[in-house]
Amino acid sequence: MSSSPDKLVYMANQIGKFFQSQGHDRAVQGISEHIWKFWDPRMRKQIFAHLDAGGSGLDANVRDALEKLRLQA
Amino acid sequence: MSLIHEIDFGTPKSKSETMVTLTIDGNQITVPEGTSIMRAAMEAGTQIPKLCATDMVDAFGSCRLCLVEIEGRAGTPASCTTPVMNGLVVHTQSERLKQLRKGVMELYISDHPLDCLTCAANGDCELQDMAGAIGLRDVRYGYEGENHVFAKSHGCDNDAWMPKDESNPYFTYDPSKCIVCSRCVRACEEVQGTFALTISGRGFDSRVSPGMNESFLGSECVSCGACVQACPTATLTEKSVIEIGQPEHSVVTTCAYCGVGCAFKAEMRGEEVVRMVPYKDGKANRGHSCVKGRFAWGYTTHKERILKPMIRERIEDPWQEVSWDEAFNFAAAKFKGIQQKYGRDAVGGITSSRCTNEETYLVQKLIRGGFGNNNVDTCARVCHSPTGYGLSQTFGTSAGTQDFDSVEDTDVVMIIGANPASAHPVFASRLKKRLRQGARLIVVDPRRTEMVESPHVKALHLPLMPGTNVAVITALAHVIVTEGLVNESFVRERCDWSEFQDWATFVADPKNSPEATAIVTGVDPKLLREAARTYATGGNGAIYYGLGVTEHSQGSTTVIAIANLAMATGNIGRPGVGVNPLRGQNNVQGSCDMGSFPHELPGYRHISGDAVREQFEAMWNVKLNKEPGLRIPNMFDAAIEGTFMGLYAQGEDILQSDPNTKHVVAALSAMECVIVHDLFLNETANYAHVFLPGSTFLEKDGTFTNAERRIQRVRKVMTPLNGLADWEVTIRLGKAMGFEMNYSHPSEIMDEIAALTPTFAGVSYARLDELGSVQWPCNEKAPEGTPVMHIGGFVRGKGKFIITEYIATDERTGPRYPLLLTTGRILSQYNVGAQTRRTDNVVWHSEDRLEIHPHDAEQRGVRDGDWVRLASRAGETTLRAEITDRVAPGVVYTTFHHPDTQANVITTDFSDWATNCPEYKVTAVQISPSNGPSDWQKAYDEQARQSRRIAPVVEAAE
Ligand code: SF4
Ligand code: SF4
Ligand code: SF4
Ligand code: FES
Repeated sequence: MSSSPDKLVYMANQIGKFFQSQGHDRAVQGISEHIWKFWDPRMRKQIFAHLDAGGSGLDANVRDALEKLRLQA
Repeated sequence: MSLIHEIDFGTPKSKSETMVTLTIDGNQITVPEGTSIMRAAMEAGTQIPKLCATDMVDAFGSCRLCLVEIEGRAGTPASCTTPVMNGLVVHTQSERLKQLRKGVMELYISDHPLDCLTCAANGDCELQDMAGAIGLRDVRYGYEGENHVFAKSHGCDNDAWMPKDESNPYFTYDPSKCIVCSRCVRACEEVQGTFALTISGRGFDSRVSPGMNESFLGSECVSCGACVQACPTATLTEKSVIEIGQPEHSVVTTCAYCGVGCAFKAEMRGEEVVRMVPYKDGKANRGHSCVKGRFAWGYTTHKERILKPMIRERIEDPWQEVSWDEAFNFAAAKFKGIQQKYGRDAVGGITSSRCTNEETYLVQKLIRGGFGNNNVDTCARVCHSPTGYGLSQTFGTSAGTQDFDSVEDTDVVMIIGANPASAHPVFASRLKKRLRQGARLIVVDPRRTEMVESPHVKALHLPLMPGTNVAVITALAHVIVTEGLVNESFVRERCDWSEFQDWATFVADPKNSPEATAIVTGVDPKLLREAARTYATGGNGAIYYGLGVTEHSQGSTTVIAIANLAMATGNIGRPGVGVNPLRGQNNVQGSCDMGSFPHELPGYRHISGDAVREQFEAMWNVKLNKEPGLRIPNMFDAAIEGTFMGLYAQGEDILQSDPNTKHVVAALSAMECVIVHDLFLNETANYAHVFLPGSTFLEKDGTFTNAERRIQRVRKVMTPLNGLADWEVTIRLGKAMGFEMNYSHPSEIMDEIAALTPTFAGVSYARLDELGSVQWPCNEKAPEGTPVMHIGGFVRGKGKFIITEYIATDERTGPRYPLLLTTGRILSQYNVGAQTRRTDNVVWHSEDRLEIHPHDAEQRGVRDGDWVRLASRAGETTLRAEITDRVAPGVVYTTFHHPDTQANVITTDFSDWATNCPEYKVTAVQISPSNGPSDWQKAYDEQARQSRRIAPVVEAAE
């Protein structure tokens, strides 16, 4: 695995997969909460930058979760 | 100070609640039914002479020294085998008894060497004591007859004589001193559960025999020391006692190796340790131990231990020995320089699960308060971080639910991804004892572990493919739900019912059935169904799990799945049940409790919570950063990116213990200042600029918290050889950076922890001295601590069921890497082996071996003992093969105790989705014959050799 942002995208999608089976709304809530609680600011900044650049590779729920998180921040 | 003498009651305590009253020597005494007369007498303060009885094992009744008279009964029954009864009137001393005892004693002494003055047990010999107690004054029989004492008799070889067996590195067996009381045999069976010893022969020919007349080292013996403790004579004696002599004082302390947390008496002569003896009042170990804690403490004075601080500008330079102040100033200047150049967040630290709670607390305090960021993490990241996450989500606390005593009330034990016989030996002994009493055992593990194969234990083994835990546990849940085995009243009362229903619908889906998942898991559906039924309906069901659960990309999911299973069957909230993580290192639990994670303050409270953070700010007198910091793997990534440049690592060898060694090497090499605080020049130190010598558990005061949440004292028995205890080093490093922390003793640090952490509110050194130990939560509601959690309801309120979908790891086998590698531990070595490799424990394990199934070996032309090349997508290494069917075809297994093996060169940086705990337990690999060490191993060795140079000290001219 190369370093970020690929790695961060991979990690975010991994989180997304856990919440997948809980349906869209709960998944988005769960993912954004998880990233907010456990990721340090520089990682969040990087993934937001990646989102701005098109967010390629991010799964749909994860993308929504990140959008939501950015609004809160 | 004096020696702590523990009373030997002669026979074990009875658990009965029915009380019985009798009269012994004119005194009335009331004891539980099932107590022996011997024990009842001792409880009343009368010691009946005895040789073959001791309270760690059941009575045997062979020596006939403990005879008593009972009014109204003929003869002289043995008091160790005669139970108390209401109204008995017992006499322990009479003319007849005196004569009988003298006769017995005379026979023993006539076949025993009379070299008491030079005997190693002089002063600690029960035979001597008893001869004195019964007033033996002369022995009518000479040594002319048959005896076991002399090598020659009447000029000929004496066939009955046997030479000493000194094969075990830590104790000797001198058969000429044996009185064949069989205490050792019973200790090995009943306490340890290994069955290594027997009494061979009969009558005069009876001998204690390891295995089939083997040497101790060559036998099944695991060197736990239980037999040595039980032996009343010098027959089995610690070599350290033979060399040094009898101890003169002792101090109770806690083992610094594994998460069982055995209590020991450090028996001392001045500042020299004579021996470590397990302490009967230790509530985790109840007087038992394993080879590591009992014997493997020689590393503390090993010649390779570094005792002076050292610094260097570049890692290519040799080390320079300097004074403590120079080292602190050098380190502080570097760290401040880095923060000026790269920003406040460019430094951080790692706390250790081997250090005390107080030391861990100080390191995180230094980082949060002194460095001004939250870049603190701990080695628990790489082992049990998913436990914290999973259990706090479902139950509301990041810890196991039971105490170890709970196993005595368990009917069905399910062990998942753990090998307690190797990694938590004393718990394994206690568990095996329960299994011999009839409890049932289910083992979920890719490998046929020692637990599955141990004597007198029948296990239901589910050998799953590595990486399929979630599928197997969800399939167990499927059976429980679809066969109607759910404990509905428990779930309705204690758990969120609608979440349960969602979960039940999910697990009941046919795709989660044992039959449907067998293709990926490799587990026979019939066995799996049987296991599910046994766990759900067999009485008290308890789950114990280890790193085979957590170290996966779905580690946290598996912990949640286990918690779901326990809730669905109502196996939570009373003795005998529960969910119990078996923690690897001695203080993994404590280091997590003490706020070692970047997002949490002590007591598992998120750093963003204003109220909690303000409390800490007020106490520490500093403003804290409210954003979570970097976790270890994130630190490495940030280092390679150039934003994380300084690391303080206390007691943790990240280079050897973390996955994907090449990645770690790259990260460490990128940093401008690495401070290693440890006993030895470990692997990480090869990339360090500052080395601060550490102190051992014998040299400092503090506390450890074991896997049962039990807080126990570590007590200083000698002056630190390096000059400073670890907590003092952290304080002085902080001071050099301008951050004052003032404590004159670790007890003051604990007081601060108690003041800031609700679950520790009642903990203090005074309390620990008074109670011996406490299990947190310990506060106003539970002043004596909490042995079993979630009684009557969950800590979080309602138990939370969470859906656990199986997602295959991205680490897949394929044509190039067709085998799955999984890793584990063995008994005699500990973690990266820095300590145990520097003791005689190496006689049991001098190198890591690769276990491979005969079928896979044959296909590759590999024979037993051959060097093989082990390659994965991350790297390759070489080690020697051991061909065994303990592993299934397609699976290979190795330990990771030796740095030469570099097993982590192979492991990848895939990790748990929730906590980034690395996926050690699954790596796709290929194996091929090889001639010896790989190029990487050679280059690494060369770098290590260069890096460990210490510059000779040049005497400055006056
Ligand atoms: S040391 Fe332990 S395993 Fe070995 S013989 Fe003695 S009791 Fe048994
Ligand atoms: S070795 Fe010690 S404990 Fe074992 S039978 Fe002989 S005297 Fe008793
Ligand atoms: S290593 Fe573990 S089981 Fe062995 S003595 Fe120490 S705490 Fe006890
Ligand atoms: S102590 Fe009772 S028979 Fe030996």
